[in-house]
Amino acid sequence: MPVFNLNINNKVYKITAEADMPLVWAIRDLANLKGTKFGCGMAHCGACTVHLDGQPIRSCQMPLSALSKKAKITTIEGIAEPTLHAVQKAWIEEQVPQCGYCQSGQIMSAVALLKTNKNPNDEEILAAMEGNLCRCGTYQRINQAIKNASKML
Amino acid sequence: MKNNRREFIKNLGLTGIGLSIGIDGFSKNVALKKLTPATLALEINPFIIIENSGKITLVNSRPDMGQGSTQAVPSLLAEELEVSLDQVSIIQSDGRSKYGSQQSGGSSSVRGLWMPLRQAGAAAKEMLIKAAAEKWGVNAADCYAEAGKIFLKGSQKSVTYGEVADLASTYQVPKNPKLKDPKDFKIIGKYNKRLDVPDRVSGKAIYGIDAEIPGMVYAKVVHSPRIHDSIASIDDAAARKVVGVLDVIKIERAMPHTKVDAVAVIAQNQWAALKGAKALTVNWKSESGKYLNQNTSEYFEAAYEAAKKPGIRAEEKGDFDAHFESASTKLEAVYETPFLAHAAIESENATVHIKDDGTVEVWAPIQGPDGALSQVAQYLGVPEEKVKINVTLLGGSFGRKAYMDFLNEACDISRKIKKPVKVLWTKEDDISQGPYRPAMLSRMQGVIENGRAKAFHHQAIGESIAGQVFNGLRPNTADDWLSGELSQENHQYNFEVNKVSYSRVKTSIPVVWWRSVYASNFGWGQECFIDEMAHEAKKDPLEFRLGLLKNAPRFTNVLNLLAEKADYKTPLPAGKAKGIAVFRSFDSISAACVFVSKTDNGIKIDKVVSVIDCGMFVNPDNVKAQTEGNIIMGIQAATKGGITFENNQCVQSNYHDYQVLRNSETPKMEIYIVENYERPGGVGEPGLPPIAPALGNAIFNLTGKRERKLPLGV
Repeated sequence: MPVFNLNINNKVYKITAEADMPLVWAIRDLANLKGTKFGCGMAHCGACTVHLDGQPIRSCQMPLSALSKKAKITTIEGIAEPTLHAVQKAWIEEQVPQCGYCQSGQIMSAVALLKTNKNPNDEEILAAMEGNLCRCGTYQRINQAIKNASKML
Repeated sequence: MKNNRREFIKNLGLTGIGLSIGIDGFSKNVALKKLTPATLALEINPFIIIENSGKITLVNSRPDMGQGSTQAVPSLLAEELEVSLDQVSIIQSDGRSKYGSQQSGGSSSVRGLWMPLRQAGAAAKEMLIKAAAEKWGVNAADCYAEAGKIFLKGSQKSVTYGEVADLASTYQVPKNPKLKDPKDFKIIGKYNKRLDVPDRVSGKAIYGIDAEIPGMVYAKVVHSPRIHDSIASIDDAAARKVVGVLDVIKIERAMPHTKVDAVAVIAQNQWAALKGAKALTVNWKSESGKYLNQNTSEYFEAAYEAAKKPGIRAEEKGDFDAHFESASTKLEAVYETPFLAHAAIESENATVHIKDDGTVEVWAPIQGPDGALSQVAQYLGVPEEKVKINVTLLGGSFGRKAYMDFLNEACDISRKIKKPVKVLWTKEDDISQGPYRPAMLSRMQGVIENGRAKAFHHQAIGESIAGQVFNGLRPNTADDWLSGELSQENHQYNFEVNKVSYSRVKTSIPVVWWRSVYASNFGWGQECFIDEMAHEAKKDPLEFRLGLLKNAPRFTNVLNLLAEKADYKTPLPAGKAKGIAVFRSFDSISAACVFVSKTDNGIKIDKVVSVIDCGMFVNPDNVKAQTEGNIIMGIQAATKGGITFENNQCVQSNYHDYQVLRNSETPKMEIYIVENYERPGGVGEPGLPPIAPALGNAIFNLTGKRERKLPLGV
């Protein structure tokens, strides 16, 4: 079976897996980083959003074979170290999560947005967050928290 | 009793011996019935654990699926015990009967536990104060409790709860401890951040899908597309060739009312199990004898047929039919709501380990550990003492994870392969296998006399959850879960003549409760029809309702507050309109005003103003959060397509064809909470039922066209 040296959160994990295994399962079951969630398996919901070289991707659609050897993956655990990211602080301040299951993905999308756009307007926030579903319906708070976080950065 | 308490503390893995106290005597199966907390007895039981070290642990007996029970339930204990939540640990109950009913459902947690948990907290506080007084040789009346310590009035003396817990535990538990005046509450009713939120934003929160135990294997269950079919043959050659697949076995999906065949692909990791399942060929033998109205077209045809005939009378004041026949101004209309999937982002999953010593351990996102305990014990034929239930957080549920077929699947697999196993459903399983909110019709009839609504009849038509799931509905009886929502006592409209009836339409499409249960169906018919009657009587819909609610001050107050906050009386410009609705469910009254506008792309929802009177509540911010969620889910229920069955199988499979609301579809939301000292009502569900009818009424006001069938074209 192929072996992949995956750089996740600046740590190299030696992963032995089939090449077609989607990244989400390597992260969750093989690197044992459970903060990234599996949702729809079809890139409809965004629960599995992680960063690949700083860009948000749906890890359920990214086979290990498609990753370059230099690929740097960041998960929710990676932005949390050593202290909370401004987006996470804003999420707590706004009391965004209800069940919280989608929020790792929401936060990863929001962090990626604010990296390239320090002060997004409403349309830019919606465009960046449209792929992340929240069945509890926390969208209004998500959008407010992004605005608050942009002021903290 | 002391031995029992020691035993409990040992079981929890806590060190030290101390005081534990709680409640008992809860009636079972209260989840969706009206709760009567006053009848619950107070007895020793471990809801509060105080260790000598000073560590205080409170037990949350209601699983948290996002509704905030991790904060709300321990707050009831903490308020009376005089501790703050940031100085205690909170653990989840394990289903044992000493915790009483532990089912999250029916918006029952705070309203059901309001008195018993406050009494438990107050009793513990009295015992601790008495112990401190004995230790100091003073009167208990000269001592008071605050922030986990007992103080002696007029002195510097204080002692922690931990220091006097041993002595306190030797006392009789006071049966009628003095409760605080709600005006003195420090936690209840106040804004407090939920302390479980930081873990939910850092990836540290543990959901069912995150359970990991040594030696565990992963399973993907392949279900019958037509739900009830049996297996003719399995071709697993290709599946077994998938790297990581360990086994392919025939199992069963045991639902509460029926068992059906299924196949489990067992693998070393979840991906291999999913891949193996795709490579598997199962030849299903059609069990057409088990299909009953299993196409939605057949079900609705039967339902519309039933709407032409009288139903079973559930309640009647006056002779409705006589009034209706002789009336000169009368209306009749049939309203339709579809089947809906819960579609939580975390799909159904369970991890089960049947150990060599015959004990069973479960880790699962389930709504009721007590129900899970008895279900697993019964299913596996082992005594309850040998079963341990670990409830994880739930990644959404909305009623679905109270129906624990997925847990039985994990039990069946673990006993067959003799290994710990995690079963994870895919979104396709979740959407296409059910159970669903039942589709329903409301046949509405009304009589207008002298510009007033005189007579009103709501005939509820469709499948009964009690009937299908629990086989708990006798023939020719009305389902009282359903008729209770529609009763005059519940809606409080003062019609002279009022009738509720029910016609059951059976289906083999699996059904179960969905957020706000039947209120999510029948709010639509009731509140749109009230508007129809108002227009027929040439009255403003708000004034018309207020006229019927003169003897219902809480309803009147809710509607007046809504009118004020929504600026109801100010006319809107052309191309814009608003609509209102009010509905009482789970002991709370909620009203909504939905604002819509015409755009080039059709009708757009601009804003929703919602008012809720839930009596006393724990955290106003959580009431708002739940109501926001109810608005979003209510709009989905009103505007997105429902679940349909064709060729006896579900047409939808994932979020692309069963759509839930996305971020860009979120209207501006304003939520107002009525503040009073009424007994607590539910919070997790009552905000939903008024959304669809308020939207339907707004669309009528915008277009002049009365929509009676969901989903609406928005």
